[in-house]
Amino acid sequence: MTALLRRELLLAFRHPADTLAAMLFFLLVTALFPFGVGPAPEALARLAPGALLAAALLAALLPLDRLFGAEAEDGSLDQLLLSGLSGFEIALAKALAHWLTTGAPLLLATPIAAAMLNLPEAAWGVAVLVLGLATLFLSLLGTAGAALTLGARRGGVLLPLLVLPLAIPAMIFGAAGIEAAAGGVAVRPFLLLLGALTAAALPLAPLAAGAALRAE
Amino acid sequence: MLEANALAVERGGRVVFAGLSFNLEAGQALVLTGANGAGKSTLLRALAGLVPLAEGSLRWSGAAALAEGPESRLRYLAHAEALKPGLSVVENLRFWARCWGGAVEPALEAVDLAPLAGLPARLLSAGQRRRLALARLALAPVPLWLLDEPTVGLDAAAIARFGALLARHRAAGGAVVAATHVPLPLDGAGELRLEQQPWGLE
Repeated sequence: MTALLRRELLLAFRHPADTLAAMLFFLLVTALFPFGVGPAPEALARLAPGALLAAALLAALLPLDRLFGAEAEDGSLDQLLLSGLSGFEIALAKALAHWLTTGAPLLLATPIAAAMLNLPEAAWGVAVLVLGLATLFLSLLGTAGAALTLGARRGGVLLPLLVLPLAIPAMIFGAAGIEAAAGGVAVRPFLLLLGALTAAALPLAPLAAGAALRAE
Repeated sequence: MLEANALAVERGGRVVFAGLSFNLEAGQALVLTGANGAGKSTLLRALAGLVPLAEGSLRWSGAAALAEGPESRLRYLAHAEALKPGLSVVENLRFWARCWGGAVEPALEAVDLAPLAGLPARLLSAGQRRRLALARLALAPVPLWLLDEPTVGLDAAAIARFGALLARHRAAGGAVVAATHVPLPLDGAGELRLEQQPWGLE
């Protein structure tokens, strides 16, 4: 499994465009809000938690439809299924690689996005933590979604329709957590709930994805 | 070694083939022939466990063949070469060597790709891509090779080298099932001819 993870990271390193595209997309979406809402600092700060999370989840969604599509097209998926790795291991390696190459780089861009949205500086640390957990949750869900929509016509359209509704809990608890940090309220309960969601998805999503890959 | 009994596969409501039986012993080779769409590739995929059997049983040394992991039992060479264009020749092969074991350099030598080891796979010609896919077979010995038109795109010298690879595999007790439209360097191979099934019949 580490072999697959290493190969994925090496490939992402060779083709950094996907990672950069997700980061730029994230920054551009957050930069659009000030234009739409107007430059009033209070209004922006009020929107910031939700806008950050929505932008991060959408950005992390971008490379998902090629997660298994590229493998299926060039024949690698068949070979992976015969490689001795279980479907669970293939899916878990893919999900972790997706998070490391898409979700984690977004965390680097979070302070810039937070500044553009006038999020109080005190909440930046929590925002990074929340986005880290929320994007990991989305990577796991998205892997299951990508495996399920593999081979479906217009799978790229189907995938967000399938995954985003399931990401609503992460959106609620994540945004509430950032808001709590900005307002000086305890953030622990929200972080714990978000952590619990991610911990539940960690075994379940790769199991579902692995079963879907086997059934192709 | 491999015992196929009344195999049938159905794809999209259509019977691809039915009632196929054969026996394969160590060192033997079986060549699958038949028109396009007769089900040669599907049979290979079914033998690999990638396509579910609608009927019949596949036994491996007496035990159910699909119950255990395929990695120590078979290698499947498909039409798609499963290469990552962004990785070099040796990096592509090293990944599979990490999965299956085996040494990378001798495998590259066996298909005469050692001089190109550092080249990105996207720069390879069709025949060279094919040879890199063949190099996967040479990594670690397994009892069964499933080959789907293995010589497509190969030049005469590469086919001769592939013949040596096949001979070595069979001399070590390995069996081969190959789908092909052209003669393969397989001495004394049995032939299984797949007939086109009428469409839409159950």
